[in-house]
Amino acid sequence: MKNRSFIARNPSILVFLACLGIFTLAVTIASEGFGLGLISTSFVKTLGKTLCLCLVAVAMDLIWGYCGILSLGHFAFFGLGGYMIGMWLMYERTRLIVTESMAAQEIPPTPQEVVDAIGTQIFGVVGSSEFPLIWSFAHSLTVQLILVVAVPGLLALVFGWLAFRSRVAGVYLSILTQAMTLALALYLFQNDSGLRGNNGLSGLQNLPGVTASQDVVSIWFLWASALALALGYLLSAWVVSGKFGSVIRGIRDNEARVRFLGYSVETYKLAMFTLTACIAGIAGALYYPQAGIINPAEIAPIASIYLAVWVAIGGRGRLYGAVIGAALVSLVSTYFTGGQAPDIPLGFYTISWVDWWTVLLGLTFVLVTLFAPKGIGGLFDLVAQRAAPDRHGADYGPDKGAKREEEGQ
Amino acid sequence: MIKALKALALLGALILGAPLSAQDTATGSPADTVTPGPIQSLLQEHAADIAKPSRRTIQPVIDALSGSGLPGMQQVLQTWEAREMYQRESDGWFFAGEKGPDRTIILTDFDSGEELEPVPSDAVDILRPNSGVRGLIASALVRFQLQDENPTLRQDALTAISRNPDPSHIAPLRESIEGEPDPAMKAQKERLLTLLTISFGEDEAARIAAIESVAGDLNVDTRGTLNPLVATTRRLAEGEVPEGANVARTLRPGTEELPREEAYDLVAAEADLPARIDPADRRNVLQANIEGGAVGGVPLAELNTIEARERAYAALVEAGAVPPAPTEAEIDAALARFTFYEEYSEPSPAVTEAANKALRAIDTKVGLNTTLDLGLDALSLASIYFLAAIGLAITFGVMGVINMAHGEFIMMGAYTGYVVQQMIPNHTVSIIVAIPLAFAVTFAAGVAMERLVIRWLYNRPLETLLATFGISIALQQLAKNIFGTQARPLTAPGWLDGQWQINEIVGISMIRVAIFVLAIVFLLFFLFLMKKTRLGLETRAVTQNPRMAASMGINPGRVNMLTFGLGSGIAGIAGVAIGLYAKVTSELGTDYIVQSFMTVVVGGVGNIWGTLLGAGMIGSLQKGIEWLNPSNTLAAQTYMIIFIIIFIQFRPRGIIALKGRAAGD
Amino acid sequence: MSTLLEVNGISVTFDGYKAIRNLSFNIGEAELRAIIGPNGAGKTTFMDIVTGKTKPDEGKVIWGEMSRNLVGMNEARIAQAGIGRKFQKPTVFEDQSVRENLTMALQNKRGWSSVLFWKPSKADQNRVVELAAEIGLADELERTSGELSHGQKQWLEIGMLLAQEPRLLLVDEPAAGMTLAEREHTTDILKEAAKTRAVVVVEHDMEFVRRLECKVTVLHEGSVLAEGSLDHVTSNPEVIEVYLGR
Repeated sequence: MKNRSFIARNPSILVFLACLGIFTLAVTIASEGFGLGLISTSFVKTLGKTLCLCLVAVAMDLIWGYCGILSLGHFAFFGLGGYMIGMWLMYERTRLIVTESMAAQEIPPTPQEVVDAIGTQIFGVVGSSEFPLIWSFAHSLTVQLILVVAVPGLLALVFGWLAFRSRVAGVYLSILTQAMTLALALYLFQNDSGLRGNNGLSGLQNLPGVTASQDVVSIWFLWASALALALGYLLSAWVVSGKFGSVIRGIRDNEARVRFLGYSVETYKLAMFTLTACIAGIAGALYYPQAGIINPAEIAPIASIYLAVWVAIGGRGRLYGAVIGAALVSLVSTYFTGGQAPDIPLGFYTISWVDWWTVLLGLTFVLVTLFAPKGIGGLFDLVAQRAAPDRHGADYGPDKGAKREEEGQ
Repeated sequence: MIKALKALALLGALILGAPLSAQDTATGSPADTVTPGPIQSLLQEHAADIAKPSRRTIQPVIDALSGSGLPGMQQVLQTWEAREMYQRESDGWFFAGEKGPDRTIILTDFDSGEELEPVPSDAVDILRPNSGVRGLIASALVRFQLQDENPTLRQDALTAISRNPDPSHIAPLRESIEGEPDPAMKAQKERLLTLLTISFGEDEAARIAAIESVAGDLNVDTRGTLNPLVATTRRLAEGEVPEGANVARTLRPGTEELPREEAYDLVAAEADLPARIDPADRRNVLQANIEGGAVGGVPLAELNTIEARERAYAALVEAGAVPPAPTEAEIDAALARFTFYEEYSEPSPAVTEAANKALRAIDTKVGLNTTLDLGLDALSLASIYFLAAIGLAITFGVMGVINMAHGEFIMMGAYTGYVVQQMIPNHTVSIIVAIPLAFAVTFAAGVAMERLVIRWLYNRPLETLLATFGISIALQQLAKNIFGTQARPLTAPGWLDGQWQINEIVGISMIRVAIFVLAIVFLLFFLFLMKKTRLGLETRAVTQNPRMAASMGINPGRVNMLTFGLGSGIAGIAGVAIGLYAKVTSELGTDYIVQSFMTVVVGGVGNIWGTLLGAGMIGSLQKGIEWLNPSNTLAAQTYMIIFIIIFIQFRPRGIIALKGRAAGD
Repeated sequence: MSTLLEVNGISVTFDGYKAIRNLSFNIGEAELRAIIGPNGAGKTTFMDIVTGKTKPDEGKVIWGEMSRNLVGMNEARIAQAGIGRKFQKPTVFEDQSVRENLTMALQNKRGWSSVLFWKPSKADQNRVVELAAEIGLADELERTSGELSHGQKQWLEIGMLLAQEPRLLLVDEPAAGMTLAEREHTTDILKEAAKTRAVVVVEHDMEFVRRLECKVTVLHEGSVLAEGSLDHVTSNPEVIEVYLGR
């Protein structure tokens, strides 16, 4: 028990990584791009996107399940990451198209003319042709990749600093993060936000300069997403395993006690908030090229609440729970809302899943919160035969985000 | 009275005229038998001038005619002005005439109104006064209209003048004021006279006095009269500004008011210099002059800089292939020669200065009134937020239960209103029925939710948040399934339509007034409920110390249930109110939920006055920001939320904060 | 004996109610002190002020040789400065093992980055075992602390305080809800601790205070009513009046 590596202490990590690896390999073999063609390219993309959602769910679990902060803003960070990579994708691809079409002209274009033409192409839909200031680095992949992490991170840092410094906690913090998300979404909805208003950024599935078909590209993205998820999972597991994990779980259950132990709770919260925002940004940057389009509606507060729903259904406070919840709920949702599920005729009324799935999901969620707070992850405890001690109705700590008695192992 | 009788007599004559003239035709030409009437006599007095009028000499004649006081004279002038007056060659008498069949003219006598036998068209001369003369006649006619007995005609004349003001109207208008019986119309005439004086008055002092008298007048036509006085045209002069020009300001080229290119275009037009060429045109010109892979000796491949293109263009100019374009230096030199200024079209500096001053005074007043209007807008927005938030103030503020489905309760209330309206067509009755019904429906929903879900999650606000969110999405989708995605109208009764217009600028729609009233009613109801009723007392007791309350015989479960139902019920009523001015959709609630929470949080949890202040602050903030950036309400919301986040920094517990240990650290 | 903590003229008002009025007293280094007083005397509020949870309206709290004023510092900084606090209810991290609880409390760097990359050294591990032995939890190291009995949780919390190696220990009603045997053990731990540091015990229970054999300060209505040995203060008529009623 002494100084063993943290992986040795947490065998579930290895199991998870193995499952992820097998899954990726299986999808690759069955895909159209590399293998048997059993799985359509669009479904490969769906699976790749699901992996990204799992990653952002891991981030959400880190901040909510481990640190007790119910953030309703992590999908905003996710979206920001998508926007950052989307800017480069869109700029670069438009530049290639514009350069190609201008090469056909007899007089070669001046650099300014090229930029103007790209601007017209990109911002024509919002009645503009000028590049806004925030696009200053859109030509550089390196910078935009840094921004994928830096922009959500910085926003989280500033917002978190303001919120934690004034000791906003619990529900207030949740509402405040929701307000932040709403503000961001509304801002991006404007045409003069510089990010094409409600048109959003589109055509992101086309990688500039890549001639490979989408069949192949989708597999690349699947691998990238799986790798990101694996690394994100490892990082998260490492963060929560040691003394740092002890401290943040302490903050979740009893913030005041941690403070009297001499830990600066605000700093820890801020570090976690920022770290998870960065992870969310990376997940978004991988997600949106697979989705092909990003618009402000993606950032709407409801998306962030769904994120919390996934984590809760999967079981908060355990990383694999978040992954299972996100994967299961988003895939099942895709199945039902995609119109693939058969309708149920009742004679007097036909239940169409497209219409009724959301109702069912909402109610399921209420039931999970009420009766199965451990979520799906709780099933693993049955396997491990871990019995929860009877705590006579007392939670694990006095704080609002504290672990509940029912969640105990 | 006498005038009226005369008019009646004239009318009678006109009606009887037809049979009379039929008799006359039997007895032969009336000219031979009838002596000239008073009108004809007067016309004959000025026969020469009337027949050959000139603009310079006719005024006394028109004055004489219009000043005669003869009842038929207006008719005469109208006929004359309409070029329908004829002079009989045989005796020089004047008649109204119209073309009859077979190149004949049917004449009508002015005095009697009798129609004469048709005469061949060469027996009469038509009078064709030129436009100058007609203008004079027209203004004489205005005088008649302005003094007409019929107020509608007078009003029409005033409207016509104000729509199409002309210097000639000043005199008749001024004359008509004295005899005006109707005080309201008299005031209107005086106002119009002032405006006409401002625009066309010849005496500068009178104009300035008139201008000063309208300073601070909010009417649009006042500004419409003053603005042309200070209208400017952009001019340029070589060297100094010419003497005597009424200059508004001088301009420097290269500033925002006068961009360099525009200035040069002006100079080029004035001094006949070569026109500027912009980069796109230059490119086209180069494109048109490609010769063997080069333009003007510069290879095509090198033409990807502005500099190279300028060189190529210069080469083309040298070869005479294209017209020269000025270089930057030439442009600078040309601009240096000229002074640019804006000149008032009104020559008198005193008048323009007075007009500017009056406009500034008006602007100040407009600004004040706009602020007032904005205040009213903010107040009504605040009442809406207050209505939406008051239910939350109970469930969240008092009970500490966060209800994400609160917005959906608002939506349910609005849909209840819609359904009621489908069944009861009378809008007033349906609203009266809908309000208690909406309360009942959402009260029941709230109680059900509290019993089934929330009571298991007390002290677990985050879980409550998520569970109620689950209910929220389920309810929203349910509403979509039942009512569809398109917006449903909830029509306000007729007496709530329309505006309450306080002055030209300040106005508020009646619905918003009603919502404001409703908000006040709710505030009073809430205060009464909490301070004066048993339920309020028990609620406060349970909130502060549930165990103690329970031991005193209060059933906390029942109190919580009722309180929650009450908060939800109020949300339902708010839904009806909001549905009246917004479209009812399944997403109605989501539009308000964040603002409602903000209202409660900003105001300070657990205090109704805080909620009131919070709603007031958020409402006025949003309106204020919208005013600063009117084109963009989305941005207003963004900035408002950012402001709130910063505000929470300084008052984490809201405007009205509970202090000490009661706040529950 | 030099002064470690000097409370100087402190007053606090909650919504018009004066919880502490002009409170002043000193605590020396390596001193065991009991603070007693009826309900509402301001005992807990006094602790809140010293640990930075509550800001006083006026007055100073002077700390250590450097004579730093603790008023205005946040809880974490004060804790780092060497003041440990034990709450009335046992507050340990119930989701975590005894070892994790003690490890978290160990006197190490508190910054987030050093905590993130922290690896327990041999000395750290030995110290944890040693502390566990001291508080009688040597066999429970790997147990989740939520499973411990009430008394064990109290000891664990005291153990965590000791792990912090504070120079001043504030202990709020340590004996509440304990069996007689547990009380004796608790007294021993506190007396042992007071040999190397200052310990302030807030307690209702006169019997427990008697067993501590230390100087006693009696608080009443937010200020000091009497100070001295237990026998001295219990013979004070004012104290008898306050305790036995009017």
